[in-house]
Amino acid sequence: MTTDIDATAGKYLRDKYAIIGVGETTYTRGSGMTTRALGTWAIKNAMDDAGIPASEIDGMMSYSGNDSTASPMLAGDLGIRLNFYMDVQGGGSSSEALIGLAIGAIEAGMCETVVVFRSMNGYSQVRIGGTGARASVPVGGDALHSAAYGWFSAGQNFSPTFMRHMYDYGTTPEQVAMVKVIHSEHASNNPKAYYKQRVTVEDVVNSRMICKPLHLLDCCVETDNATALIVTSVDRAYDYQQLPARILGVAGRVCKPRIDMHFQHGPISTVAGHYIKDLIYRNAGVGPEDIQCTGAYDAFTFTSMLQLEDYGFCKKGEGGDYVSSGIMRLGGERPNNTSGGHLCEGYTHGMNMIIENVRQLRGEVDCYCPLDDQGKRIHSYNYAEPAAGGGCRQVPDLEITQNLGWAMPGTGSSLIMRKG
Amino acid sequence: MPQGEYLGMTLTVLDLDNENLAYFQHCADHDFHLQQCADEDCGLVRYPPGTACPWCSGREFNWVPVDARGTVHSYGEVHHAIQPAFRARAPYMILLVELDTQSGVPTEHEALRVAGNLVDADGNFATPELVRQVGIGSRMRMVFADVAEGLALPHWTLDEEAEQPESPWRYPQEVNGV
Ligand SMILES: [Zn+2]
Repeated sequence: MTTDIDATAGKYLRDKYAIIGVGETTYTRGSGMTTRALGTWAIKNAMDDAGIPASEIDGMMSYSGNDSTASPMLAGDLGIRLNFYMDVQGGGSSSEALIGLAIGAIEAGMCETVVVFRSMNGYSQVRIGGTGARASVPVGGDALHSAAYGWFSAGQNFSPTFMRHMYDYGTTPEQVAMVKVIHSEHASNNPKAYYKQRVTVEDVVNSRMICKPLHLLDCCVETDNATALIVTSVDRAYDYQQLPARILGVAGRVCKPRIDMHFQHGPISTVAGHYIKDLIYRNAGVGPEDIQCTGAYDAFTFTSMLQLEDYGFCKKGEGGDYVSSGIMRLGGERPNNTSGGHLCEGYTHGMNMIIENVRQLRGEVDCYCPLDDQGKRIHSYNYAEPAAGGGCRQVPDLEITQNLGWAMPGTGSSLIMRKG
Repeated sequence: MPQGEYLGMTLTVLDLDNENLAYFQHCADHDFHLQQCADEDCGLVRYPPGTACPWCSGREFNWVPVDARGTVHSYGEVHHAIQPAFRARAPYMILLVELDTQSGVPTEHEALRVAGNLVDADGNFATPELVRQVGIGSRMRMVFADVAEGLALPHWTLDEEAEQPESPWRYPQEVNGV
């Protein structure tokens, strides 16, 4: 058989798959239930969102760091018979990667419709920051060159990257603090957000120091929650009740050189986005100038900034100016993390930022704006706080979004979607 | 199997872990060594210990002595420690020291950047006064913290013999004088 299609080209799968349903639990500190119960709650919400019955789902994927629950338990609970499942180890940046793998599984004929979920008691069981049980595990192997030095939590691990960016480019604490300020504004209009209080630059730089250059308010919240989304082919996507978010391109867990210890290959103030951009924009057929709304992973204020810079939303070294300019505020040229993200909404290892962008592309973000009698939201596009007569967080006329997933400075993933 | 208690942690080098066994034995001898690729067209030195050469994929190597001096390339400064025994030592510094050996080789941005905490010349964790003196650009020499037979951790102290920068680059905001 001959073909004139280069099936190895990234563009081959462009625009052929979509996210048809999204769902989550509440974001709390103390869910009072197992990750299995959280997981079924989020998946059921995603199924109800799409209007898809269990009989039309046959694939399931998840990721965890030994703090989640396995697909067979959730599939069994929900009456889903699986043709394919895979539960992988992973944290940040796995969400986008698993969406890509779900496309691959469907493309290979292994299944037709895949649920991707992440369920975690990130506060009440396994804290990402590493307090409690995680801090007293015996140290051996690779960790002898890191954890043995009290170089252990995400903030500690990333701090030399953040510090070097300040050294190389003169980035200031006040510039970076604007990431938290802006995300807190967005969260104030999000009824689901764990932290809804708006904060100021002064609040951030006066909060207690955790690990220089990270103040408490430069760090994300730890929460208990599950999140889920449903991927299927565009052929099927329009059979369900929501406008699909069509997938233009995906890149999964792209790494810097020397990923065994990425600091060996500089510049250490450059992150994986530098390499991801060459894949994701080729795959999607768009460039940063076409992206109208971003979801730049905000485990820390710095992670959003570094990624936006290395993907090319601004010149190298100008990330501090970019994040403090107002561009990424609702009403700005390219809003970022309109749900409040990890800094304010809740910590999900990236899933909530994809869910938010799916809803944004539908024009159906769940802000404080009222619903009409058809259940459609009547957006005011007034981004002031609810008490000031605002409460909206819908981006108008949105066509294309991008998620920038972060695992660590050396590894990341990305997803570009368009309105269906 | 080298194993010992260190700052509330059990540090262990497994008997199968040949690369780390040799690395930490040299540290226990207070004689820093790294692996040098045995390929005669390559010959590059690598850190941390690994099972092949990141530049030529060669699996053969020799342990060679390396001058353990260099310049602080970046750092983190922990004020809120997580591991219990580190709390009494906060603020403590995590240093990435770029060795003079093989700096900028084989390409401009590559170097041997060796992790360690900031300690005084006797190997004690740095006081807040000492922390305040160290930043990007500081010249450092290695000292070792003995943990057990066959196991010592490399750390960094200010190199008294080196010319230090007038003011090494430090994060602009001080907290409690540090
Ligand atoms: Zn070699």
